[in-house]
Amino acid sequence: MKVGVVVFPGSNCDRDMYHVLTDVFNLDAQYYWHEKSLPKNIDAVILPGGFSYGDRLRAGVIAAHSPIIRDIRKMAKKGVPILGVCNGFQILVESGLLPGVLLKNESLNFMCEWTNLIVENNKTPFTNQFKLHAKIPIPIANGEGRYYVDDDTLKQLKKKNQIVFRYGQVVNGSSNRIAGVCNQAGNVVGMMPHPERAVESEINPVDNKPSSLIFESLMVKMGVVN
Amino acid sequence: MSLEPQELTELKSKIGRDPTSTELQIIAAEWSEHCSYKSSKRHLKMLPMKGPLVIQEKGYDSGVLDVGDGYVITAHIESHNHPSAVEPYGGAATGVGGVIRDILSTGTRPIAILNGLRFGNIEKDQQARWLFKNAVIGIADYGNCLGIPTIGGEVEFDDCYQNYALVDVAAVGFGKKENLIKNHANKGDLVVLLGGSTGRDGMGGSQFASDSLESEDRSAVQIPDPFIEKLIIEAILEARNHKLINAMKDLGGGGLSCAVSEIADTLEVGIEMDVDLVHTRESNMHPDEIMISESQERMLIITSKTKLKKLQEICKKFRIACSVIGHIKSNNQMHVKKGKKTFANLPTNVVANATLLDLPSKKPVYLKIIEKEKKLKSISDYSKTMISLLGAPNIASKIWVYGQYDHEVGIRTVVKPGHDASVLRLDNGKFLSVKIDGNPKQCYINPREGAIGCFEEACRNVVCTGAKPIGMLDHLQFGNPKDPEIFWTFLESLKGLTDFANYFTIPCIGGKVSLYNETPSGPIKPTPLIGVLGLIDKTPLVPQKITKDDCLVIVGNTKDEMGGSEYFEYIHKFIGGKCPTVNFAESKKNMKTVLKVIQNQFLKSVHDCSKGGLAVAVSELCMTNLIGCNISLEHVPSEKLDVDRILFSESHSRYLLVLDKKNLKKLEIILKKNKVSFNLIGKFTGDKIQFTKGTKSIIDLRVDMAQKTWINSLKDLVLHG
Repeated sequence: MKVGVVVFPGSNCDRDMYHVLTDVFNLDAQYYWHEKSLPKNIDAVILPGGFSYGDRLRAGVIAAHSPIIRDIRKMAKKGVPILGVCNGFQILVESGLLPGVLLKNESLNFMCEWTNLIVENNKTPFTNQFKLHAKIPIPIANGEGRYYVDDDTLKQLKKKNQIVFRYGQVVNGSSNRIAGVCNQAGNVVGMMPHPERAVESEINPVDNKPSSLIFESLMVKMGVVN
Repeated sequence: MSLEPQELTELKSKIGRDPTSTELQIIAAEWSEHCSYKSSKRHLKMLPMKGPLVIQEKGYDSGVLDVGDGYVITAHIESHNHPSAVEPYGGAATGVGGVIRDILSTGTRPIAILNGLRFGNIEKDQQARWLFKNAVIGIADYGNCLGIPTIGGEVEFDDCYQNYALVDVAAVGFGKKENLIKNHANKGDLVVLLGGSTGRDGMGGSQFASDSLESEDRSAVQIPDPFIEKLIIEAILEARNHKLINAMKDLGGGGLSCAVSEIADTLEVGIEMDVDLVHTRESNMHPDEIMISESQERMLIITSKTKLKKLQEICKKFRIACSVIGHIKSNNQMHVKKGKKTFANLPTNVVANATLLDLPSKKPVYLKIIEKEKKLKSISDYSKTMISLLGAPNIASKIWVYGQYDHEVGIRTVVKPGHDASVLRLDNGKFLSVKIDGNPKQCYINPREGAIGCFEEACRNVVCTGAKPIGMLDHLQFGNPKDPEIFWTFLESLKGLTDFANYFTIPCIGGKVSLYNETPSGPIKPTPLIGVLGLIDKTPLVPQKITKDDCLVIVGNTKDEMGGSEYFEYIHKFIGGKCPTVNFAESKKNMKTVLKVIQNQFLKSVHDCSKGGLAVAVSELCMTNLIGCNISLEHVPSEKLDVDRILFSESHSRYLLVLDKKNLKKLEIILKKNKVSFNLIGKFTGDKIQFTKGTKSIIDLRVDMAQKTWINSLKDLVLHG
C-alpha cells in the first residue's frame, strides 16, 4: 500500500507524518513536492500540517492553488482516501474539496494543548475501526482552527453524516464543536488535531491507542490488515 | 556610529591611511561590543570549554556535543534585548530567527527553542504588559511557523526592567556527526549569499545594541519573515545532504560586514565581493548600507565552482534567492567593490579582531549593606500569603505563554512544558533534557552566589527528569560595562559560574554577553541566564499522576536564606537579606543521589524547590495533580527556623520526591547509604493543601481554589490588567 505525503513550501509536519506511516505502521510512504504530480497507483494521500506559504493571506489559501491540487481533485473524485491534518485540512477547505472555513480561534491566540475528540462518523476510511462516539485524546496546535459553517450548511452536514469528529468540550468556538469533516462520499477527511502526534505512547501522556485507530482504519480499508 | 576616537586612531595606524566611509561603517559594526565582545572576551576564557563530549570546529556559532551512536546535538543562546524593548514582536521573532540560523550553520536541524523573558512590573505598568504580550506572540508566530517546538523557558518580572525587555532565546539542534559542516575554503571558491533580500531594516543594529537605549530607533529593528527562514532551513539541509557547503555562516549582528570578515579571518583567506551582486529589496542602496544592513533570514555559504549549479537548483526548488557575491582569495583581505570601484579593502584580522579592553572593576557600594535584614511585618494568615504568592506573576503558571507555542511539533517532546525541564527523545534511543534559569533578584544581592544558584537550579531541573548535565550555555546580561561597579558584578558572576562548571566538570559550550542593558531609571540587575543540557541514556522520569497516600520526601537542607526570595520581594516589598548559597559538595552529593534513585524507577515524580520555596513547590505538585497534601513543617531538615523561613526560603540543592508508600523503605536505604540530608515530610491526600507545625495549622487551602488562582492570574493580568 502506497501513501503519498504532500509537501508544500512551509509544511512542517510532513516529516512527523512520514515517520508515523513508515516507522510506526510499516507503510510504504513517499513525499510529493507540491509541484510534482501524484502517481496513478497511489492508495491514499495525506496533506500534513504546517504553515504552507507562511499562512499568508489566509491559512491554506495559496497552497490550494498548487499544481498538485489538480491531481488531488482527481483522486478525490475517484474515491481515493485523502486526509488533511491541520494546515492540510485548511488547504482542503480552501480548495473546495471540503465544506466550511477555518477562522481564527475565539481566543485570537495560537493554541497548543491536549484535548478530546468524539468520533461522530465511523464509516470513513480513517474512522472505520472506531465505535461511534469513541473518545480520542489528541493535541491541537493552530491559530486558525475554528471551523465555521452557516446554519444551512450545518444542517446539510448533519443530514449527510459529514461531521466526523467533534471536540469533547468547547475548545476554540467551532460551529457545533466540529473538529473534522468529510466530503459527501466520505473519502476526503479533514481534521484540525494532530493524530501523528498521538500514536506513540512515549509522547502521548494519556492513551495512544485511539489515535492509532485512525491509521489502522486506513490499513483495514486498503486491505493491509483485517 | 560607535567608533571611539582612540579606536579611529588605532584603525588608521593599523591600515596606514585614512579609512573610507564604507570601511568606517564596517569597522564600527564589527568592533561594536555586540560583535567583538571587546569588554568581556579576555575574561570569558576562564570558563572551561572542553570536555570528552565537546566537538570543537573552526568558526562554529553554536556548541556541539557528541551524544553517541554517530549523533550530535548543537546548542546556542542569544538575546534580542534592545530591539525587543522598542518593537517587542519583531525583536523577539528575529531573536528566534537568529539563534536558529546559528544552529543551522553547523549543518544540524534545529529541534527545539527555549526562551527566557524579563519585563517590568506587569501588575502596575501597562507598557510592560504590552512588551510581554507582544514578545510572546512574536516568538510564537516565528517558532510555530518554522515547525520547531518551543519546549520551555521562564518568565520573570522585576521593577529593574521597567521600559525595557530581556528576550533570550536558546535553540537546540540535532544531526549526524558525519553531516557537520567542516568549515573550509579554497582559493577560487565562491561566496554565496542565500535567502532574504537585503534592505534598509536593522541598519546598524549591532551598534544600536551596544549603546544604552536612548532613542527608540525603530529602523534598527529587523523585520521577521519565518516563512523564508523555513525555506532556508530546508534548502540548506538539502544542500548539506549533497555536500555542497564548504563553509557557512549566519548573517546576524553587523550583517555582511561581520559575516564576511569573520569567516575570512577564521578560515585564513581573503574575500573579494561586489555589493552590486547582492540581491536587495530596495533600489539605490549605498554600499555602506548593504554592508551593515541586518536584514534577516540570510546565510553566507562558501561553495566550490563545481557545486554551484546544484546549489542553485535547490534554491530554485524552494524559490529562495541565491547570489554569488564574491570569491575566495589567498591574500587575507576583505575587499568590497561596487562594480570596478573599491569601497573597502581591509585586512580581515584587523576587521574581525577589535582590541580587547581591560576595564576596571570595583565592588559596588550597595553590597555593603544589602545583606542586612529589616524587621518585617508579621504574617497573621499564611493561607492568604500563599494565595498571593501563587497568583504572583513570577510564580503563577506560565500556561498562557507556553500554550501559544507549538511544543509538540517534531514529535520528540516526551516531558512537556510546565514541568521542571523538558525532555526530547533522540534518534539513538537516548533523551535530551533542557532547561534555562535566571534569578536577577538573587544576583543583585550577591552576583557570585546568585549566578551559581542559576547554574545549580538549571542542573537541578534536568536532574529531576533523570538526566546528567553534560553542557552549559551562559548568557551574561549586565548594564554599562564602563561603570566599574557593574563590571565588578559581571566578573563576580563569571567567576562563580567558572568555579561551579569546573567543580562539576560541565563544559560551557556556548554563550553570549549582552551589555549596556540600561533603562531610563538605571542599569538592569545582573541577569546571567544559564541553560543546562542533560542526557538520559535509558529512561526519562516522566511525572506520573500523584494519587492518594503517595509520600513526599525532601532531599536537602532548608536554610535561613531569604534574600531575593519572592516572599521578601513580593510579599514584603523588601530587597535585601542573605541570598541562598550553594555548598558544592552537598550539591553534588544530592544531585548524584537523586539521579541514582531515579534510575531505580520507583519514583512517581521529582520536583525542585526554587522560587517561592518549599511551600510553592509542594503546592505546584498538588495543583498539577489536583490533590491535597498534609505536610509537617517540623519534619523539614533545617536549623531551628521560623515558620516563614521554612515555607519560603529558596535554599538550593533541594528536591521533592514523590513515591508510592510501598517504596518508602527502598528509598530510605538509598538515601541513607549516600548520606544525604532527607526526611519524609508528608503525604498527598484529600482536597486541601495543608501545612502544619506540631498540632498547629499554618496553611489550609482548597487545592481547586489555589489552582484557579495559579492558572489564571497571568492571563487575567495580560488581558485585563
